Amino acid sequence: MTPRPRNGSRSADACVIGGGLVGMAIALGLQRHGLSVAVLDEGDIALRASRGNFGLVWVQGKGDTQPAYASITRRSARLWPDLAGRLQEQTGIDVQLQQRGGLYLCLTEDELEARRRMLARMRDAAGGDYPHETLDLPQVRDYFPDIGDWVSGATWCPEDGHLNPLLLLRALTERFRAQGGVIDNGGRVQAIDRHGESFRITTPTGAWSCAKVVLAAGLGNRELAPQVGLSAPVFPNRGQVLIAERVRPFLHYPTGHVRQTGEGTVQIGDSKEDVGFDSGTTTDVMAHIARRAVRLFPLLRDVRMVRAWGALRVMTPDGYPVYEASRDCPGAYLVTCHSGVTLGALHEGPLADWIARDDTDLPLEEFHAQRFAL
Amino acid sequence: MPNASPFERLPNRSRAQVTVFVEDEPVEVCAHDSAAAAVLAAGLLPSRTTPADASPRAPYCLMGVCFECLIEIDGAPNQQGCMIPVRDGMRIRRQCGARDMHGEGAHDHA
Amino acid sequence: MTTPDYDLIIIGAGPAGMAAAEEAHRQGLRCALLDEQEEAGGQIYRAIGRAPLADERILGQDYYHGRDLLEAFERSGVDYRPGTTVWGIEDDLSLDVSREGVSQRLRTRRLLVATGAQERPVPFPGWTLPGVMTGGAAQILLKSSAMAPPGPIVLAGSGPLLLLVAAQLARAGVRVEALLDTSPRGNWRRAARHLPGALKNPSLLAKGLGLLREIRRAGIPHLKGVDGLEAFSRDGERLTHLRYRQAGESRERECRTLLVHQGVVPNVQLTRALELAHDWDEAQQCWRPRLDAWGETSRPGVFVAGDSGGIAGAQAAEESGRLAVLGIAGQLGRVNTEARDRLAAPVRARLAPHLAIRPFLDVLYRPARRFLVPEDDTVVCRCEEVTAGELRRIADAGCRGPNQAKAFCRAGMGPCQGRLCGLTVSQVIADQCNEPVAAVGYYHIRPPIKPLSLGELASLSDPDTPTRN
Repeated sequence: MTPRPRNGSRSADACVIGGGLVGMAIALGLQRHGLSVAVLDEGDIALRASRGNFGLVWVQGKGDTQPAYASITRRSARLWPDLAGRLQEQTGIDVQLQQRGGLYLCLTEDELEARRRMLARMRDAAGGDYPHETLDLPQVRDYFPDIGDWVSGATWCPEDGHLNPLLLLRALTERFRAQGGVIDNGGRVQAIDRHGESFRITTPTGAWSCAKVVLAAGLGNRELAPQVGLSAPVFPNRGQVLIAERVRPFLHYPTGHVRQTGEGTVQIGDSKEDVGFDSGTTTDVMAHIARRAVRLFPLLRDVRMVRAWGALRVMTPDGYPVYEASRDCPGAYLVTCHSGVTLGALHEGPLADWIARDDTDLPLEEFHAQRFAL
Repeated sequence: MPNASPFERLPNRSRAQVTVFVEDEPVEVCAHDSAAAAVLAAGLLPSRTTPADASPRAPYCLMGVCFECLIEIDGAPNQQGCMIPVRDGMRIRRQCGARDMHGEGAHDHA
Repeated sequence: MTTPDYDLIIIGAGPAGMAAAEEAHRQGLRCALLDEQEEAGGQIYRAIGRAPLADERILGQDYYHGRDLLEAFERSGVDYRPGTTVWGIEDDLSLDVSREGVSQRLRTRRLLVATGAQERPVPFPGWTLPGVMTGGAAQILLKSSAMAPPGPIVLAGSGPLLLLVAAQLARAGVRVEALLDTSPRGNWRRAARHLPGALKNPSLLAKGLGLLREIRRAGIPHLKGVDGLEAFSRDGERLTHLRYRQAGESRERECRTLLVHQGVVPNVQLTRALELAHDWDEAQQCWRPRLDAWGETSRPGVFVAGDSGGIAGAQAAEESGRLAVLGIAGQLGRVNTEARDRLAAPVRARLAPHLAIRPFLDVLYRPARRFLVPEDDTVVCRCEEVTAGELRRIADAGCRGPNQAKAFCRAGMGPCQGRLCGLTVSQVIADQCNEPVAAVGYYHIRPPIKPLSLGELASLSDPDTPTRN
């Protein structure tokens, strides 16, 4: 399964462009099908949305205007225990997956009511199968005795969870390499050309030839997609996460804005969804995020922030992913999303199966970039 | 329970003395000492254990770089001892592992 | 956009910052000096305003030179803000500063970073044990608290400061059991070719020789070519003994205080947080911000002076602080180019000998490889307890640099924010990947520049702005 050189360039069955969570999950999934895979990645200073990921495996509220997205999100969440278990077995790395449910905390009655109505709509769209509850403040206290009095309530979904995205990236990378996968940090891909049945991919340090190419380069997909007859209307959405020092366990469920990691550090974002942070990396934004966190959990007031993250989220006009195979260049696939953690198990599983076999039961037609042309 | 050898005070011009309590033991120190210096004057070694592996640590650089001098001061955990001057009556304790947000005095200093 | 509060904000009240403030006053600049410490002086002139040690011979006259500098600084009347931590700097040179748990924002037209040096990390087996401290820390205790560590005391490492601390402890009547010199034996021979440059600063050379004589007269065993230093604890709580090799033999020694030192390096936390261009200084084995002849960085309007721009010592720091302010005064139209250059000429002349001796000292005191690229079982990141071996493993697993290392093994993610491991992490990865350190790069230093409580940060949020969602 190790890629080998051919005709002066290196060669693999499949090349995945982008070594973030999306690319690595797909690369690992392709290896399951016996393909030799190379991941083409940049160096240490790439944009790396994966390193700024909040780490939620989040279901509630996702896909409120797109049932297919709600469906693949939940499918991925259900696949997660299996993937986490395999990674632990194969690499010894525990990605700290926990799926015991999560809460979305609301600071006003209006916010809570809007959320309650949204989740009710989603339950209807799912034919009644969309487990969640709306909790008032005393009920939230059962989950979080330290919750602030500012909180009006929360929505709870038993399918929500979280994991450590950095350990996940490490586990995916180690497993991929252990199976003979090559990660080529030769720099940003310059060109993708089709030569007969195969692709030739040029980087600043060499070239690859492959039968399949997967574009998983995040914002880089915008420039790569047209080279294989596709379009990737992605744009950056700058988001911030604050990271506070390690504290003893106090938060036993993730929330949409605050979660405690396995190490004890506290991650704080200002989010509607798993990575939907506010834009900008200014003090104003950080202060705003901190203010909300302290209102939710007044105990955090004295806890010190040691780091703030600004990461560029990969957004599409409607916020949903793009999954599309090229018609003009068979063998080229485009994968773009901003939920590399939640959808990670889907990417390693059914999505990689689709790329390997060109056949799937996933509702992928809903995720073609075509939808933006209408 | 300071139990290691204390640091020694050399002949000096400092007049103002204050009393701080290191693990409840009163210690006379100079008014300009840092809390980390008071820890050393009391011989409180180790002065903390790490959250990562509970390994013993003590002030190392004394110039604000290493954060090894994290201690509990007046109930507030994880204070950078070398950057905080002593006050009369200051209560200093070992910082054991990660900050406990429910610990005594955690709410005292708004 | 409101008018800036100041023409110039200086960060750091060491020799560079104090001299710069004095010069800023002379040039009529509206200037503030922010310092993290409660007392001006920096580390070199720490507590110089009260200098508690009764016997002034202990620290020597170089230290008390700081008094002149402090007096001139105090006369300058610049807005001096001690105990003030800069934790954020925005693109428009707005500074977020914290004093006693309260943050505020200050705006300035020019910024001068004079945050000085820090001691080079000295990773070796056992360096995290209580009882192991830096030589600089011992000196800080002498200066600010008139305190000496408990014996048996051993000093180990390389560099002029180690000799100075040995001599100062001896003058204070504190017994030093041994001075273990870990400089590689070839350093003297390699340094010899830089001697002509060093001879341009005969007084500094003479001081160094004087220290060596003093150490010998005090009867401190000065052991050369020491290798394989390890610190141990019998009770698992604090340092009890050392092991090392010298003259081909393994030695063991009881020890309660081990003072270690391998020279000083620029404190780049702030210049890195500003994302300024930095270069790898092969001679000094450290990063330094890229500066022009006036100390201006890759970012217009941001200047660096003193050891934070490259190690050259306290006296050089004063001069580079003055030069930077002349450059700034020129930019702000307070002096014309001709007057600026005329004023700068004598400053540059005084600076020259301090720079001329550096190549000699850099080679003479270059740390042994083992302290730059430690062995596998040595802790590199003290906060998160990451060993050199783990860094090597992840480098072998395809990690390209310190930022990926941080993501994979948490090195640099603890409370010190990478201050104490950054240099070593870059060097270990570069060594393992067989790449130049410059190619491997450094941590991306993220805000806040110093940890700050969420409550303090939250207090900056305008309460009238409705919370999103």
